Amino acid sequence: MQHLHVNNRGDKLLLPHCKGHEKVMAETADSKKEEPDYKRLHSFPLIRHTDMPEEMRVEAMELCVTACEKFTTNNESAAKMIKESMDKKFGSSWHVVIGEGFGFEITHEVKNLLYMFFGGSLAVCVWKCS
Amino acid sequence: MPAQQKATNAKPKRMSVAPVKPAKATSKRKDDDDGTEFGDGTDDWMQGKALVKPPDQLDLTEAELKEEFTRILTANNPHAPQNIVRYSFKERAYKPISSVEQLAVHFVLEGNLLHQDSDEARRQKAKQGVAEEKAPVESTIAEADEEKPETPAGGEEPAEGEAEPEEGGAEERAESAEMKGAGRDQKLTNQFNFSERASQTLNNPLRNRECQTEPPPRSNFSATANQWEIYDAYVEELQKQEKSKEKQKVLPTKKEEDRGKKKAALAETQSDDITKVSKVAKIIERMVNQNTFDDIAQDFKYFEDASDEFREQEGTLLPLWKFQYDKAKRLAVTALCWNPKYKDIFAVSLGSYDFTKQGHGMLLLYSLKNSTFPEYSFPTLSGIMCLDIHPRLTYLVAVGFYDGCVAVYNLQEGTNPAYKSTAKSGKHTDPVWQVKWQKDDMDNNHNFFSVSSDGRVVSWTLVKNELVFTDVIKLSIEGAVTEDPEGLHLPTMACGTSFDFHKQVDYLFLVGTEEGKIHKCSKAYSSQFLETYSAHNMAVDSVRWNHFHPKVFISCSSDWTVKIWDHTISTPMFTFDLNSAVGDVAWSPYSSTVFAAVTADGKVHVFDLSVNKYEAICQQPVVAKKKTKLTHIEFNPIYPIIIIGDDRGYVTSFKLSPNLRKKPKEKKGQEVPKGPEVEIAKMEKLLSLLREPGNGS
Repeated sequence: MQHLHVNNRGDKLLLPHCKGHEKVMAETADSKKEEPDYKRLHSFPLIRHTDMPEEMRVEAMELCVTACEKFTTNNESAAKMIKESMDKKFGSSWHVVIGEGFGFEITHEVKNLLYMFFGGSLAVCVWKCS
Repeated sequence: MPAQQKATNAKPKRMSVAPVKPAKATSKRKDDDDGTEFGDGTDDWMQGKALVKPPDQLDLTEAELKEEFTRILTANNPHAPQNIVRYSFKERAYKPISSVEQLAVHFVLEGNLLHQDSDEARRQKAKQGVAEEKAPVESTIAEADEEKPETPAGGEEPAEGEAEPEEGGAEERAESAEMKGAGRDQKLTNQFNFSERASQTLNNPLRNRECQTEPPPRSNFSATANQWEIYDAYVEELQKQEKSKEKQKVLPTKKEEDRGKKKAALAETQSDDITKVSKVAKIIERMVNQNTFDDIAQDFKYFEDASDEFREQEGTLLPLWKFQYDKAKRLAVTALCWNPKYKDIFAVSLGSYDFTKQGHGMLLLYSLKNSTFPEYSFPTLSGIMCLDIHPRLTYLVAVGFYDGCVAVYNLQEGTNPAYKSTAKSGKHTDPVWQVKWQKDDMDNNHNFFSVSSDGRVVSWTLVKNELVFTDVIKLSIEGAVTEDPEGLHLPTMACGTSFDFHKQVDYLFLVGTEEGKIHKCSKAYSSQFLETYSAHNMAVDSVRWNHFHPKVFISCSSDWTVKIWDHTISTPMFTFDLNSAVGDVAWSPYSSTVFAAVTADGKVHVFDLSVNKYEAICQQPVVAKKKTKLTHIEFNPIYPIIIIGDDRGYVTSFKLSPNLRKKPKEKKGQEVPKGPEVEIAKMEKLLSLLREPGNGS
């Protein structure tokens, strides 16, 4: 959310005619009003990239949602839960990354990757590679 | 030992003899089998045993033989030295040795058998509980045998060496007898020097086989997750969702349409899949047909009726392929037309001439290469009464229907006509009896003419997607324009049944009518005839200009006659009565004087006026069933064949025999003039013969 603010301001500052400080303030106020709204709106799981077959995808997504809702404050245990359940259901060597900001480059077995956003601020990457 | 020795000795002997004698045998009978040779070898050996005699043997008399010589055999070795001395340390002098060693060892063999009477053997027997009965008898014989071979070799053998081998020999004898008689008794072994012999078969070589499975395919993926990307993704997704919601609200029907389109597309692709093999299937079908109807194809190409030479004028028709199509079985052939470009293809229109039995119709295109199935077929709701193939664009086929419509089929497109007249666009009100393509008009639009029972001759022009009509002429019955008492003017229409356009004069054409009249018309005058011939007493079924002579045309009618006309003269030049309703008549494309007509009694009549002016040179029934009526005939423009359609939907092709396409005999060294001029002259000559008396009268 902080990033968002920075983003908004930065954009505005680039425009030459927007010099008034008040105006910028007003904008931020507006966006603050919107905040709770979009937070509510952005709570659904959003699959960003996947090559899983339909059934597997649905199951993995539901699992991620359950895990993230169960451990809202502890990403590590959420990841652990997802990894262990996936290992049980689809065979071993699953890897899970959960976080608010990270970059990654991974090698995965085809048809075994799910990269999704959840809850407006979490990114979950689940893949299999044995 | 001796027994064994004998056995072993005997073997080498036999071996040494065998190579000599069989060698002779083989030289004598090289052709014989190996098996027989082997048998002979054994026989030779048997004889040799009886008859061998040393070459230097003395011949002795009976008395000499009976003379006895007494020899005392001692156990002394004659070669042993008698004067061996040894140094005696006791007496300090050399002393001769009293006893000289008399033993000479010739052969030693250690046995692994033991005598059955020995203690050891008894013990083993007792262990196994074997009772031996035969042995004593056998062993005595064996011992008797042994004596002979033993004496020369083993005479001075020491006692210690003797004991074992002797036992072994007896044992072996007994053993062998036992093997023969009693069967399988375990061999008795002695415990000292028994050695077991074993051999090992070759082991199969070991092989290694390895394989490795391919690892499951992998791929790389990289992305960055941070707050603004997550936010952007969500925003984008929400926008998308909104849009799709709007779409769903606005156009719920459009989706269904899309689905319909998709289905159609699917269907199309599926049909495409089938069309992929269609070409191959067509080739195969044609090959099969070619094989099945090989004799017909050969006839078509090569057969010339040799008997024609022995007939003076008459010729024959040789039936070739018969074309039929199951779906067109009950329909009558209403028109035939050869494709001007592909000489093996012709079109057939099917409908019904019976007023009470009108129904569906069909347009078929056959190839001579495939007589069993049409190349194209177009079923129609109304019967087709006529057709014509465009002379240049041979994929355009104009047809006329019984319901008065005309249509143009494009063979390159689907099964529906590319153009069709409607009630709005001036269709005929009665059956269309003939259609004919014309030259393209000034705007390069294709156009054709049609004639119908409603008395109109209409020109149809293909403009973009529709047919534009122009009435060329309305046929009225001359002098039949009656005036009612009330003064109403009601022109009575004549019913056109056939027409033909002049080959050279563009505007000139003839129209035959149901009343039996033939009108000579011009495209320029829409209300007036140039001339009217009172040709027939019944409907004119066909009228055609001669291919060569510009003045001559022919007409035929249901009144049993065929008439040939000079269009400048109002009376027929020739009249032929065929004794049955004439369905169609056609000029031949190769001669100005040859024409053929088909009649309702199933006969084909071929005339050559230059040969016989009064009778047909060929008159041949060509149908299987008597009731079948022939309806149409058409000459192939190149090959000497005709196709004939009947009212059962069959089309039959015939080859004209040489007499029917006779040309003036060629004389050696003299070129026979050819070409249309000759043909015109030929016709002209005939006509001039007739004109003069006509003019005189």
